Amino acid sequence: MTALLEVSGVTKSFDGFRAINDLSFNIGTAELRAVIGPNGAGKTTFMDIVTGKTRPDRGQVLWGERSQSLLKLSEAQIARAGIGRKFQRPTVFEDQSVADNLTMALKAPRGPFAVLRWKPSRASVARVAELAGEVGLADRLTRKAGELSHGQKQWLEIGMLLAQEPRLLLVDEPAAGMTLAEREQTTTLLRRLAETRAVVVVEHDMDFVRRLNCKVTVLHQGSVLAEGSLDHVSANPDVIDVYLGR
Amino acid sequence: MLIRKHPSVMIFLALLAVFTIAVTLMSEAYGSGVVPTSTVKTLGKTLCLALAAVAMDLVWGYAGILSLGHMAFFALGGYMIGMWLMYARTGEIVAATLANAPIPPTAEELRQGITSQIFGVVGSADLPLTWSFAGSLPMQLLLVLAVPGLLAFLFGWLAFRSRVNGVYLSILTQAMTLALSLWLFQNDNGFRGNNGLSGLQNIPGLTEVPQSVISIWFLWASALLLAGGYLLATWLTAGKFGSVIRAIRDDETRVRFLGYPVEGYKLTVFTISAMICAAAGALYYPQAGIINPAELAPIASVYLAVWVAIGGRGRLYGAVIGAMVVSLLSSWFTGGRAPALDLGFYRVEWVNWWQVLLGLGFVAVTLFAPRGLSSLMDALAGLRPPRRLGADLGPDVSALREKEAEA
Repeated sequence: MTALLEVSGVTKSFDGFRAINDLSFNIGTAELRAVIGPNGAGKTTFMDIVTGKTRPDRGQVLWGERSQSLLKLSEAQIARAGIGRKFQRPTVFEDQSVADNLTMALKAPRGPFAVLRWKPSRASVARVAELAGEVGLADRLTRKAGELSHGQKQWLEIGMLLAQEPRLLLVDEPAAGMTLAEREQTTTLLRRLAETRAVVVVEHDMDFVRRLNCKVTVLHQGSVLAEGSLDHVSANPDVIDVYLGR
Repeated sequence: MLIRKHPSVMIFLALLAVFTIAVTLMSEAYGSGVVPTSTVKTLGKTLCLALAAVAMDLVWGYAGILSLGHMAFFALGGYMIGMWLMYARTGEIVAATLANAPIPPTAEELRQGITSQIFGVVGSADLPLTWSFAGSLPMQLLLVLAVPGLLAFLFGWLAFRSRVNGVYLSILTQAMTLALSLWLFQNDNGFRGNNGLSGLQNIPGLTEVPQSVISIWFLWASALLLAGGYLLATWLTAGKFGSVIRAIRDDETRVRFLGYPVEGYKLTVFTISAMICAAAGALYYPQAGIINPAELAPIASVYLAVWVAIGGRGRLYGAVIGAMVVSLLSSWFTGGRAPALDLGFYRVEWVNWWQVLLGLGFVAVTLFAPRGLSSLMDALAGLRPPRRLGADLGPDVSALREKEAEA
């Protein structure tokens, strides 16, 4: 299996504190991966580096078949290259309708002049309706996103990510603030998505990770502590130390 | 298509047409003469200011860029058209004087004559390089859009690329307009320093036409330009482009992660808006008759923001209402026509107290009607938020609260 994303030797310090310390790992083209770790392990910084929000001090982040370096690209360019990011807090555009939110996310040319010329087509309208159906918002297309519940906003954001058609999906704590039923749905969706693309879930809820039933990477103090199935890593004495031994 | 989706455009255009026709029918030139020429000019100028407010609403209300230097583009547009007006008009006068001479004047003599007429006041005998195209109307009309457009593009490129945001950006725009104003105040850079450009109400080639007629023509032109600018702004904000710029206003970072080049969008909106402003300025100053560097003072741009805020930002007709109401009230109060208020112990002279009234009005609107005067339109159209008596809007506690949704 060739790697879709290859992170090697990445280091990032904030005022002397090493948030990421010589981190290396790979993600395959169609893989579900959970990244876990205690608070301050560098999970969010890792996501920031991959999506271009933070520049690392050292190391390389390579993307795709052509092993393109992501470090020189802007956030928008990285997003266009095919990396989607789901934030912990649902961030949708509350002042605009569900349909507008989804339409904005649809895969299409992103430049200002291309967007000025863009007109809704039958295909785009159908795609928006389909996406809304997929995330259970079919009857709320004309509602303002701000009127949705927390869980629904999470779903809308997931719908927007789907609309972007990313090859790699970075998902930050998807289960936070969701009810049990919503978690069940989310697990199913993430597993289904991972059949056609790479999905990286950052989570510290072990129970949720167990449901995902996938390869797990444990981060600690900015580097990989252990990697493997959940049972494998939870048997690792270092992991037990980090999680329980304090 | 645009009109079907936005019925307010049709209403706006109809009202504008009715207004223009009504003023024409009451004017001295084409009608009963109830409305004096000076008022016609004020109304024409107000239409130009309304267009500037539409441009301001585009950058501030829609894209969230609080530019406090937009009147710089307005004034630059005025300077560009003013150069041609002054050059061509002076040319006519000089030609008329020299025509009496025994030998007909050469082109060079004519040029010399114009130069000394225009720049004698600042003690210069050479035509500055910046006036190279002043003799050509098409060139100066092009420059009306090109110069402010280029300035906005360069300024925006530098500012947005370094991700200068919020209040820092506002301060930068203030610095831009102040610097430009101070630069124009200097005598030796070819814009006649604090004298500015004057006599702009005399249109070359139309010496025989009385001002009462010209003022009506300018009123029509201003109304047409406002209609065009309004349609352009509606088109920009209506589709997906509008959706993206409003998204940038609300959460720039998120838009970046959707793959949109945020800086490119800001730059596009900022430049287009500057050019709309410049076009408005190019029609305003011939009606005002004079332009000088004081027009670029930061306070002018702050007023522009106040109009938009009072009218209701994020709505194009709000900007128009704000600009028209406030600037017309302003000229009524400061024109000395408002009757003084006698409180017995103190006489409130509106010329002095108008600014206080405006300030109070601004505070009141911000506090009680965040949507500005345009919320009156909502009330008229029955577009009131439903009374939910405090119940949640959405199905659970994290949905928008009624209070939040009203804002």
